[in-house]
Amino acid sequence: MRIVIIDDSGLRATVLEEGLREAGYDDIHIVPPRGAFVARLERMAPDVVLMDLGSPSRDTLEEMLTVSRALARPIAMFVDQSDEAMIGAAIDAGVSAYVVDGLRKERVKPVLELAVRRFNAFAKIQTELEEARTALADRKVIDRAKSILMNQRGLSEQEAYALLRSSAMNQGKKIVDVAQALITASDLLGGGL
Amino acid sequence: MMTSLKIAFLPLTDAAVLAVARERGFAEEEGLAIDLVRTTSWATLRDRLVFGQVQAAHMLAPLAIAVTLGLSQQPAALAAPYKLNVNGNMLVMANDFARALEPDIAARLADPLGTAHDFAAAIGLWKRKPVIGVVHRFSSHAIMLRYWLASAGIDPDRDVLLRVLPPSLTVEAMAAGEIDGFIAGEPWGSAAIDAGLAEAVAIGERIWRRGVEKVLAFRTGWLEENPDPVDRLLRALARAAAWCDDPAHHEALAHLLSGPRYVDQPADLLLRALDGRVVARAGDPPLASPDFMLFSREATAFPWRSQALWIYSQLVRWGMVDHSPAHAAQAAAVFRPDVFRRALADSDVPMPGASMKLEGAVELPLAVGSRRGELTLGPDRFFDGRVFDPERLDDFLAGFPPPR
Repeated sequence: MRIVIIDDSGLRATVLEEGLREAGYDDIHIVPPRGAFVARLERMAPDVVLMDLGSPSRDTLEEMLTVSRALARPIAMFVDQSDEAMIGAAIDAGVSAYVVDGLRKERVKPVLELAVRRFNAFAKIQTELEEARTALADRKVIDRAKSILMNQRGLSEQEAYALLRSSAMNQGKKIVDVAQALITASDLLGGGL
Repeated sequence: MMTSLKIAFLPLTDAAVLAVARERGFAEEEGLAIDLVRTTSWATLRDRLVFGQVQAAHMLAPLAIAVTLGLSQQPAALAAPYKLNVNGNMLVMANDFARALEPDIAARLADPLGTAHDFAAAIGLWKRKPVIGVVHRFSSHAIMLRYWLASAGIDPDRDVLLRVLPPSLTVEAMAAGEIDGFIAGEPWGSAAIDAGLAEAVAIGERIWRRGVEKVLAFRTGWLEENPDPVDRLLRALARAAAWCDDPAHHEALAHLLSGPRYVDQPADLLLRALDGRVVARAGDPPLASPDFMLFSREATAFPWRSQALWIYSQLVRWGMVDHSPAHAAQAAAVFRPDVFRRALADSDVPMPGASMKLEGAVELPLAVGSRRGELTLGPDRFFDGRVFDPERLDDFLAGFPPPR
């Protein structure tokens, strides 16, 4: 069974490909949806095409599936339209799957289930990564605000932090927002830090 | 008690009525909390609606008909009780290509028939078979483009290459030289013009003066089972649409749509379609096109069954569906004037007395029979003068050469 993954994000495609290989599928190709990707895909004659539901290139892909004369058999979305739970899970996870006509659903279902699990896992990693990035960025802002206070008001690091925290609590704001306001004000006043 | 509704949309200027219903409180006044789900492809918008992730969608009218006829992946009966706009498309072509057309752009846009013939000549001069981007096979724009090309004897399936790509990727594809032009809803044509990549070649409003664009589509089953939220939503949209049409609100509307939750493009680009002041070539003064995009006046939102049938006639013409009385009835039934009437019965929206009319027969603004209020229909001519009589569908179809 030849599986083509159309994906822009190198990482997500790799996560999915690894999962499929571990499960014993070995004819897997990754195609980014750029330029003449449709012609490439046509030449590959895939049995299953997996694509991110959020990809703006889905309309381009579907048009190819509708008009292609090169594909021996028609390809349509999902394989078992009656399996609403599966389709719901796929859409929630952001997976769209196109399957060649005549492929038995018992053969395709495990691929789809795996794609759903991997897409969900990837989304979780993304969220965690995003949170970690935000946390790091916040810490840098707070550190800069602290050093402004330490320099301008001769406070220790602990005192500077305590001052930021109590201002935030008094104003009902996040510490990082107070810190950002302080930095902006300091820049405007030519604080130079 | 607020009712929650999820509605999928694509980042386009004609999602305005939905955005305004949410952001200016019209939905809330009707007891609705609407969650607008930004989507980047028509395929995903369709899947979200068909598989029940959302209750309604900002959909291309021909796509709603195609899904119902089983022409676009999973078949599902869809219902469109409300039109979100008419008009709003523009065909733009690369500057080099447009050089072979009438250089006076105002004259070029005012004469679609002449321009179509110039376009036919320009095809022969171009370095390759021109690649024209369309947003979907079942888009109003693709259907209008085919109609326009064919008027000059151009076979859209043979003489040009129609390439499907989502509106948000059109400008990028122009810049990369992957396409030679495209037809799409605003602001994408204006964005390509502003980037100096293209100039206007035809405006939707000059091809069909009142061209059906986006509809609000539901799954028919859900619509039938939930009359109360459907009616409340339609009332909220009718008030939002009147707000959108008011020129005094255009600037605020452009600003609202320019945000990242909606179209995420500069407000001054969005304002052009709303004000009907089209910049047709980078640096040119704007051209007045007051009917460039309509939301409310002239009963714009009313889903005339004859319009669904006109769309169907074009799907048949291009061999996308086999003609049969059953298919025609299915297509016509997608538009739901009965639901529109029920929902807006006690409002001040002018209510047409009929559900079908001749399409393309109104030359000058025309006062027509209305159950309430003053209703004036705007000019709705096709540029080639054809008139569509929904009672004589077969005769109309016989007027086109059979599909290859």
